[in-house]
Formats: sequence, C-alpha cells, structure tokens
Amino acid sequence: MSKADTHRTDAGRQFGPLLCLQELSKAYPGVQACDQISMSIDHSAIHALLGENGAGKSTLVKMIYGLVRPDSGSMSFNGSAFAPAQPRTARAAGVAMVFQHFSLFEALTVSENILLSLDDAQMAGIAERIRGVAESYHLLLEPGRMVGDLSAGERQRVEIVRCLMQNPKLLIMDEPTSVLTPQEVDSLFGTLRRLAGEGTSILYISHKLEEIRELCADATILRQGKVVDSCDPRECSAEQLAEMMVGTSIGRAGSKQKMRDRILLRVAGLSLENSAPFGVNLSDINFDLHAGEILGIAGIAGNGQDELQGALSGELPVSSGQCQLHGEDVITHSSSRRRKLGLLTAPEQRLGHAASPDMSLTENTLLSGTLRMKLAPRGIVDWKHTRRFATDIIEGFDVRTSGTQAAARSLSGGNLQKFLIGREILQKPEVLVVNQPTWGVDANAAAAVRRALIQLADAGSGILVISQDLDELLEISDRIAVLSAGRLSRSLPTSETSRTEIGLLMAESQDATS
Amino acid sequence: MLRLEPRAQPSTLMQATAPLLAIVATIIGGGILFLILGKNPFESIRIIFWDPLFNEALVSYTRPQLLVKAAPLVMIALGLSFGFRAGIWNIGAEGQFVMGALAGSAVGLALHPMQGIWILPLMLVSGIAGGFVWAMIPALLRVYFRTNEILVSLMLVYVSYKILTAMVTGPLRSPIGYNFPESRSFHDNPSMHNSELIAGTGIHWGIVITGLLVILCYYVMRRHLFGYHVNLMGQSNKVARFAGVRINLVIVVCLGITGALAGLAGILEASGPAGKLSPHFPVGYGFTAIIVAFLGRLHPIGIVLAGLLMALTYIGGELAQFMLDAPAAAIQVFQGMLLFFLVAADVLVNYRVRIGTPGRPTSGAREVTAGSSS
Repeated sequence: MSKADTHRTDAGRQFGPLLCLQELSKAYPGVQACDQISMSIDHSAIHALLGENGAGKSTLVKMIYGLVRPDSGSMSFNGSAFAPAQPRTARAAGVAMVFQHFSLFEALTVSENILLSLDDAQMAGIAERIRGVAESYHLLLEPGRMVGDLSAGERQRVEIVRCLMQNPKLLIMDEPTSVLTPQEVDSLFGTLRRLAGEGTSILYISHKLEEIRELCADATILRQGKVVDSCDPRECSAEQLAEMMVGTSIGRAGSKQKMRDRILLRVAGLSLENSAPFGVNLSDINFDLHAGEILGIAGIAGNGQDELQGALSGELPVSSGQCQLHGEDVITHSSSRRRKLGLLTAPEQRLGHAASPDMSLTENTLLSGTLRMKLAPRGIVDWKHTRRFATDIIEGFDVRTSGTQAAARSLSGGNLQKFLIGREILQKPEVLVVNQPTWGVDANAAAAVRRALIQLADAGSGILVISQDLDELLEISDRIAVLSAGRLSRSLPTSETSRTEIGLLMAESQDATS
Repeated sequence: MLRLEPRAQPSTLMQATAPLLAIVATIIGGGILFLILGKNPFESIRIIFWDPLFNEALVSYTRPQLLVKAAPLVMIALGLSFGFRAGIWNIGAEGQFVMGALAGSAVGLALHPMQGIWILPLMLVSGIAGGFVWAMIPALLRVYFRTNEILVSLMLVYVSYKILTAMVTGPLRSPIGYNFPESRSFHDNPSMHNSELIAGTGIHWGIVITGLLVILCYYVMRRHLFGYHVNLMGQSNKVARFAGVRINLVIVVCLGITGALAGLAGILEASGPAGKLSPHFPVGYGFTAIIVAFLGRLHPIGIVLAGLLMALTYIGGELAQFMLDAPAAAIQVFQGMLLFFLVAADVLVNYRVRIGTPGRPTSGAREVTAGSSS
C-alpha cells in the first residue's frame, strides 16, 4: 500500500506511473476475487504480480486487459482515465497480453495467426513486418511455418511478436515460463529486459520466486484478493517472499494433539499412470492415516491431486501399490466395494463429478449413498427412504435450497458443497478423502465444512484433506505433506512446521514440475 | 433482439409441452409443404390427422392398423430409450429388427410343417436372440476397441438388408413361390402365424407384449437402480464412475436391450402383419422408432403416445397418397420435420427466450470463461 501511495503523489510529475489502479474490486458469486486493489506500474519497469493460485492475479490482469469489467474502482493509463470495455479498447490504448495458455491456431502459419489478431489486418507485407519485429528483438521466428510444428518456446515467441507488432506500452505476461525449458527462459528474460530498456513496461505474473528475484525491480503481492505487500524482490530473500505470499498470521495449528495409534488407511508404493491430456502420473505415494486424524495434502493444483483422489476412490486404475483399509488391501476393489467398507471420497469438481447437475438432490443422494444407507435394497430404489436421507443432509448441514426436488445445479457453490460433504459424512465413513473442500465456496460455508470435518475426525474417522489452501490445512490438519509432480513428501506435524517451510516447499515443487 | 437465457433448472412444463409445440409446428410446416405442391393444405392435414381416426368410411380399416403400426414402433423405441438416456446412440435398430425377423423366421420355417403351441414362442425367443446378437457387434466393438457405435450400428443395417435378400433368394425361399424372392407365408401354418387375437381389432401378440413392456420399462426406469445408472451415465461418465456404475456393462446391456426388443418386434411383424419375408419387408420402423423415442421424451408413456402419432402419419400418409396423389416421400418429410421441430423446441427446456439486450454484467462472467483461463 505504501508504495502505491507514493506513486499517487508522483502522478503530478512529468514521468508519473504508466498504469495506476485505484481500489479495483471484482466479485464472483461466492468469492471476492479482487478486493480494493490499488497499485501502480512505472514506465520501463518489470513489475511482478505475486500470489498463490486463487489470490486474484488473473482477475486483476483481465480487468486491465478489458476481459472483465470491475465492479468498482478506477484505472488510469498514461495519465488519462482508462476503462476498457473489451480487449480491443485495451489494445488500442497500448496494453498487450500473453496468456498462460496459448491462443494460437495450430493449423495456420505464424503469419496467419498474427494477422488474425491485428486490428489493421493486411496480408501484404505481413511476413516482412514479422521478420522485422522478430529480428530487432532477437526472437528467432519463421513466418511461413505451421504453428502446429512449433515448440512451446517458439509458440510463445509468436505470441510475443504478435503483441510487439502493436507497439504496446504495457505488456502483461501471465505465468510465461510455466511451459518453457531453462534455456528458453533465459532467452525470454533477455527479450523482456531489452523491451523494458526501450520503454515498454512489463507486468509479470508468477509464483516462481527465484525468477521474480532475478527479473523484477518491483513486486506487488496479492493474497485472497487483497494487496498484502509490495517490495523490491531483489532485496528480499525467497523465504521472505514466500512468507508474504502465504501470509504470516498464526492459525489454530497445534491446538489438537490427538495422534492415535490405530492406522485406518495405509497407502504404500502407490503409482498411477495417467494417459489423459494434462494428466499427472503418481509415483510411489506412501502415507498412513490414523483414526481421529486429519492429514493435509498441500500443493498447487495439477500436481496429482485429482489422480490421488481417483486412485483412492477406485475411479482410476493404479499401476502398482497397495491401499490397505483396516489392513485389507482394497486397491483392486471397485469403488462400490470400497464405499461399502467405509472408504468415501468427495471430489473437487462438484457439478459433473460429485453431483449430477440436472438431477434433484434426492437423486444425488442416491449417487453415493446407495450401499451404506441401503437406499436400494435388492436393486429397487426406496425413494421415500432416499428423500428422508436427503432431508437429513439438508437440515443437518444448513443447506439453503428450495427442497429435495431442487436440481443440484440450482444450488450455490457453498450450499452444494455443504450438501455433498454432508452426504458423505452422514454415511459415517471410516476414512474420508476430500479434494479441495472449500474451493470456490463462500467464507461461511467454508467454515461450516471445516467444522464438520473436524467433528468427523473427533468422532474417530480418518480424514485426508487435499487442498491448495494452506491456511485451511494449517487450521484443521494434524499433519501436512506436500504433493508435487505426482510425488508426496514426508509429512510434518502441523505444530512443528511453519508456513514459510511449506510455502517454500510448494514454490520449489512448482519449479520442479515446469 | 431475441436472446436465450439459461434457466436455473430445466423446466418441467416445457419438457411436456415441447412435443406438442413440435406437432403444431409440423402441421403448419406440412400445410405449407402441401400448399407448395398445389394441394389444399387444410384438406391434406385433415386426411392425414383426422380421417384415419374419425372418418366413418375408413375407421374399420384404419383404427386396427393404427395399433398394428404403433406396436413395433413403441417396442423398438422402448429399447432405444435406455441407450439414449445413457448417451449410447444405437442408430441400427432397423438392422436388429431385420435380423430378429430372419432368425425367428428361419427357426419357424425349419420346423414347418410341424404343429405345436410351442412353435410361435420358440420363434419369438429366436427373434430376440437374433436382434440381441446383432446389437452385440457394435456393443463389444465399442467396449473392447472403442469404435463408434453410431457408425457401426448404422452400417450393420445395410449388411442386414443384404443378408435378408440373400436368405429370401436362397435358403429361405418358398418352394411353392414360383421362384419369387420371398419366404413361405406364415399364414400357411397356424402354429407359426402371429394371428389376430380378436377379429377386427388388429390386436395380435405383439400389441399385448408391447403393453406389458411399457409397464416393465416404466418400473425399471423409475424404481430400479439400473434405470438410475442409465440416467447417471447420460449426465456424464465421470459422475457415473464416481457413483460406482460399471460403464461398459451398462453399454452392453443397453445395446442388448435395444437389440432384443427390436428383434422381437421384427419376428412379431414378420409372422403377423407382414406374413412373410421378402426384400420389401423392412419399411423403416427401426429408424422411425428413433423419432418415436425422442418425441416421447424417452419416457414409456410418452413413447406410447408418440408411437400412435407416428402410426397415424404412416396411415394418413398412405391415405394422402391415393386420395390426393401426394408423393410417398411427403410423409417422410413430415416425420423428419417432427424430429427437427422437436429438437428446436427442446432448447426451451433449458433456456427461456428474452426480448431485449442483456442488462447486467452476467455477460462479463461469460467472457472470462470464453477468454483464456489461468
């Protein structure tokens, strides 16, 4: 905040900041993505925007690029008011953006792709213009090649050249190095420094701390939609940055000391090969889960969280390893049989995985409750009994809905999550595996879900909570391990660990994956 | 400007009224079609939709025919509805219908001139088996080799036509038929003949069995866990897998049910109303049943109503052919229009029509998903 303030006073000078944001806010249903964000970016600066997933980085830059309209607040660009209604307006003003996931047509050539994005499209001489821009920034690029044949680094160069053709004053780069090799990263940094040297400002979004320390002179740190700090990353250690990123307040960790001896679930040498696009392989996962214990699995999404949940629930076939429930290996059991034995799961994706969107809550109760609640004796559904169970969930977990006949998709994220967690908890699981229990859920519902999980553990069940939200894990879990690139670290007792330690582990693991 | 706005919840009212809207639109569209053909549109519509039911001079023929034509349509559509609910697209019920007729007929003809009350039931069981086996080809190819069941089942229709022709010009050709490419008439042997049970009503065993199947299917859909699993798969395989549904098993069973019922309809048709096998035996019931299934909302009761309506267009179409000299293709256009308008009207189940431009920034949130996510 202090930095933003000084810049505001600078605005009267001849060389004020290029972009100035004042109290920008944006809310989505159930989540305040950006909360009164104020910051500024100087001319010719490489400015880092740092934060964990879900901190509001993407929403913020989408507002600057005109993809999302802020609910409140104002922006000024180059000294004049700036409120782009669409990306075209932002581009015209001099803002360009390179997305994390490339937006290129693989079946078209480099020239054609670039031509498509130019507002003043002219086929004649485009190849020469591309060569000119590419050479002046030492970006090797052949305009006639098919994009489908290019490597990730080359594709990114296409995106960058495409932006540079518009002579931007501000270039936004969203996680640009996540798909690059170290050599490509070096060459990208060279280009960015040259651009900054020639007067283009760069807003650089990342959660890779070393990179930011190397490249950026300013940094704004976001956490849960708010600006929590700003600094010069060159003068901070990676530990300090990590601490700012994940926060420093001390949670309730360590208040519970109830390690019990009885092992409910023992996973040993679990490996899984995922052939799906963007799938992650799990390799040699080992952990024990005790009765009455909450084991937290931290880590950034896309590191094997969904695969771990699928392997434990029986939805994904594993290639090797054991999963012992009460000493019985269930790894070859179907998901129904595991459920019968008391191993229940609550997947991350609510609609389309944990719940059937168009079906009523009653029908969704049947989805996972058939066996343990005996809702369909001898295959014949007892709808009356099922409806009663649905009503129990709705009442027991304060689900706000018009009734048991409401379609699952008509519920808000928080209410649906309370329903889905309640559905599993009321089945009295021996072991409950929950993936991202409070993702996209409002604060009240999130607190209710966490409370319910703690109660379940206190009643003697073992709970595995897979979550990106470190605050959440520090609050509710007894032990924490980090899942990164499909590998699980050893677990640390929550009371003996610090955010900094885990935050660093998470950031490191992210570097290891890319 | 007209605009479609997603509903929070599918409208049950629209689910019921969409087929009616489609029928009204078809009648209007059909009227225009006849106008272009130079016929009086009102008279044409009356001949197709009214005369078969209420014209005193015709009803003694048309009313029984309505049941005779509706029964196979409903029977096949009931089978199809399981697969369609689960998202398994068996387009080849026509082929399973033909193979059921062939298998059942072959058993019956092989036993001729034997007599016995058990012969017709045996033929029906063989018919079921014939259709079932034919449907297992796309089912097993899909499960083991991930082929597309739409293509495989559709292509097998044309294979079945060829087999039918080969059979009626070869092993199954009638020895007393002057070398015509057709089988012996089932009417020749009372043990093989699926005859009219009550004279003048058109009611044969197929209609009785169809009635029982409607009740059974309704029960399975509504009360049995299998019906629930089928519906879950229709929502998404991911949900179904989470619920513990054995997806490949459901695929095989759904295709098997369709094949079995189509095969049963085939042998009932061959041994009853058709009376014999010939290359002209298939009249497209297997394809029309697809329209019946969707028009009936994949619901057993709806399918009965839709089957009767389709039977009406068949009979009305025949009347229009000889009373108005309308082209035979006109009725297929009619049936096609019905499905087309139904699909269009179905949009209203999940969306409502709004007039005017979007007011508030709900569109902003959509742009996020349309743009690049990070």
